[in-house]
Amino acid sequence: MSIGASLKRLEDYNLLTGRGQYVGDLRFPDQCEAVIIRSPHAHAIIRSIDVEEARRLDGVLLILTASDLPGDLRPIPMRLSPDPILEKALQYPLAKDRVRYVGDPVALIVAKNRYMAEDAADFIKIEYDVLPPVTDAVQSLEPGAPLLHPDAGTNEMYLIHGKKGDAAERLKTCEHVLKEELYVQRHSGIPMETRGLLALCDEDERLTVYGAAKVVHFNHQLMARLLNKNIEEIRLIETDCGGGFGPRGEFYPEDYLIPFAAMRLKRPVRWIEDRLEHFKATNHSREQKHQVTVGFDGDGRIYALRDEIFFDQGGYIRTHGTTVPSLTQAMFPGPYDFSDIEIVTHLVLTNKTPVGTYRGPGRFEGTFVRERVIDMVAAHLKLDPTVVRERNYIRPEQMPYSNGLSALGQVIEYDSGNYAETLDYARKFMGWEQFAGKQARAREEGRFIGLGFASFVEKSGFGPWEFAEVEMRPDGRVICKTGLTEVGQGITTTLAQICSDQLGIPYEYVSVVHGDTDLVEKGNGSFATRGAVVGGSAAWHAAGLLKEKLLEVAAGQLAVPVDMLALKHGSVVYAEAEQVAMPLDELLQICSDRGITLCEKYTFHIEHMTYPYGCHAAEVELDPGTGALHILNYYIAYDLGKAINPMLVEGQLIGGMAQGLGGAIYEELKYDEIGQLVSGSFMDYLIPTSMEVPEVRAEILENYPSPLNPLGVKGAGEGGTVAVAPAIANAIVNALQEYAIPITSLPLRPEHIRKALKQMKPRTERRSAGPTG
Amino acid sequence: MTEKTAESSRLKTITLKVNHKEYTVDVEPRMLLSDVLRDELRLTGTHVGCEHGVCGACTIMIDGRPVRSCLVFGVQADQANLVTVEGLESEDGELHPLQKGFWEKHGLQCGFCTPGMLMTACHLLEHNPHPSREEIREAISGNLCRCTGYQGIVDAVEYAAKEMRERAE
Repeated sequence: MSIGASLKRLEDYNLLTGRGQYVGDLRFPDQCEAVIIRSPHAHAIIRSIDVEEARRLDGVLLILTASDLPGDLRPIPMRLSPDPILEKALQYPLAKDRVRYVGDPVALIVAKNRYMAEDAADFIKIEYDVLPPVTDAVQSLEPGAPLLHPDAGTNEMYLIHGKKGDAAERLKTCEHVLKEELYVQRHSGIPMETRGLLALCDEDERLTVYGAAKVVHFNHQLMARLLNKNIEEIRLIETDCGGGFGPRGEFYPEDYLIPFAAMRLKRPVRWIEDRLEHFKATNHSREQKHQVTVGFDGDGRIYALRDEIFFDQGGYIRTHGTTVPSLTQAMFPGPYDFSDIEIVTHLVLTNKTPVGTYRGPGRFEGTFVRERVIDMVAAHLKLDPTVVRERNYIRPEQMPYSNGLSALGQVIEYDSGNYAETLDYARKFMGWEQFAGKQARAREEGRFIGLGFASFVEKSGFGPWEFAEVEMRPDGRVICKTGLTEVGQGITTTLAQICSDQLGIPYEYVSVVHGDTDLVEKGNGSFATRGAVVGGSAAWHAAGLLKEKLLEVAAGQLAVPVDMLALKHGSVVYAEAEQVAMPLDELLQICSDRGITLCEKYTFHIEHMTYPYGCHAAEVELDPGTGALHILNYYIAYDLGKAINPMLVEGQLIGGMAQGLGGAIYEELKYDEIGQLVSGSFMDYLIPTSMEVPEVRAEILENYPSPLNPLGVKGAGEGGTVAVAPAIANAIVNALQEYAIPITSLPLRPEHIRKALKQMKPRTERRSAGPTG
Repeated sequence: MTEKTAESSRLKTITLKVNHKEYTVDVEPRMLLSDVLRDELRLTGTHVGCEHGVCGACTIMIDGRPVRSCLVFGVQADQANLVTVEGLESEDGELHPLQKGFWEKHGLQCGFCTPGMLMTACHLLEHNPHPSREEIREAISGNLCRCTGYQGIVDAVEYAAKEMRERAE
């Protein structure tokens, strides 16, 4: 059995030897390079652009401004959750008369190489009338705030209202009510490879574009539409990709501009984002303010939940439409059974880089807020926070469970799971029962240690469908074409294992083809942790159809019933005894002689997402003098139904945790009051290094397979990320109980902890630290 | 101002010995070594992640020391001896123990930081055949990885250190 085995990745050989082909590694004759000139102002009217001097420079081949683009060019539409209300704030490939964030593309220069193009950029004169910017979502809603898109008439582009029962009424009858304001900062995926594209246009006007990622087939259609070409005249090709995490692969202004420039010049045009440009141009994510009210009884049972969320969208609506705010809202209750819920989310424009998804979109934010609130409820009642969790969990017998809220066009309906179980694993591993004693002893030594927990529910397997085509060649090698894409997560190996399992051949015999619109018929791509669930199931079924066909031929040849046979170890075997009935190559010869094609396609449809879940736990030590945080122990219990390759799942969880840690403690896309991004390099935007990321123990559980797909899988891409911030925040609060420090916003920087410690006088009475039952 | 452009286009001939092979190229004095390697010599295994010396993806060996090739001009490396990721395999195509270790221990996901990580780890193991996990973490702390959370990388370097010790015995 290949499914369930920690097999080495097929992807790795090329990447380890320098033979990888990332988009920047490609080179074609006559290739030239583009540089994009971006707005230095957060909010301004473009008065004039003078490109004449730059045009005359050596090596400059093309300069484009908005007036050089077709007059009927449409703005970039939404890919997910589109809504006509949002259309007035979509982005054009080049800013027309107004810029709305620092980094808004204003002009494009193509020269013989990047050095020349950057030289030329210095000679372009752009005059701006600077307008007052707005850089805070709440201020953006105030009367008199500068309007970003005057046509829209408001900065509040959308209001999402979700309701179950009557939270306002219920709150009136609750014994205890807590109101809190919490904030999650702006940060993003920041892959190690910046974005890039290479576009070629041949004599017949056919366009080939390298560097696509994530949603290749969708972008293919969109590119054709915006460039006004037939879809057959464009080929998108995915190259190796240096990290996706959500932001990469969406359709950005450059996905129009670079192919457009290649068509104009009839020569290959390459554009590779530099790091500063990446920070300004590529989707940001996460920035949200929450105003939460919860009503509960003296046992910590929460009945009513209200939340008003202010979602900072930045200067334009990009391809996600309302996806992230609606996911925040619909997944906000997480693993808990609250009877009355009301959530309102304001999607607000500001003069900052537009936002999109980043690993665990909406859940990272919501999980931080909710899991902090659970600990606040526990602190209010002086109860063990893990017990408060237990008292509110949805129970296994309530499954399937709908929380009454919707996102991505479907009502959230958890398919299966036992949330208390993963908390139990975490408590046991971390020694929660004995922790109060350990903490007290540490305190006597002058050390502040704390232990925090955070539960979460993730979603995966977003439909509506994914495609696979599996073909067996006469030599026994298999080609699996998939609509998924590879962003470093190992989908090639995962699908090879699935095919190998069905067909009884070594997984190394399977070549996975993805991300080429000429070779793969259709696809939705890799996002929302859908790969193994939807794409994996498609490959499972396509390979299964192929298996049936092979076995039918074998059964006819051997004159036995087909159900007596199976494929194993490269042979047709008698199913029961696993005795060889016919070598596979003999069967393939028969098929070849009879002209039987061994190629099957399958499109796997799925109506509902599936919901993996788990619990994070962090043990931390704080230095009260400096505020520095040291993670002593980190644990993740994650139930994903079934792991195709446990080694890859563990890699996803631990890597995801490192990204969550970045968002918890270090990373922030910070703006000053005039809308300048002040953390636009790795000197200011701090990504955790090997010294900050602790050893993580990731426990993979397979106790609740998904009933919604044949593999029982629930996906592994995001569960490592979403609960890091609350686990650490709760641990900090637990360590510093005497100080009652208000940990309500991210990142949890040492200076914040230090400042809080200085402002707060220690409480005279010390609360109980550990479990109280 | 156009003079400045003309001036910076003046080329200089340099000789680089990369992975035991000698290359002579004409480059602009302002051209980064990483660009010389990638665009002039077509050795694209060396990756560029930030161009300000923080991420470490472009790390190569110059005269036996790990150096960020995005912080060096090509002309500064004239006559130097360089090793890039393409030079890690032995001549008969056998992978370096570190490459094997990264493969065995899932030390990479997207693979973009991997060449720089390999070169940094190479230097560590040359000077410390018995590194502790803490020492490995410290040695690779100048190389950012966004995918793995480093644990697989530390496992991989430990694996390689053991392999190399056994080989030496």
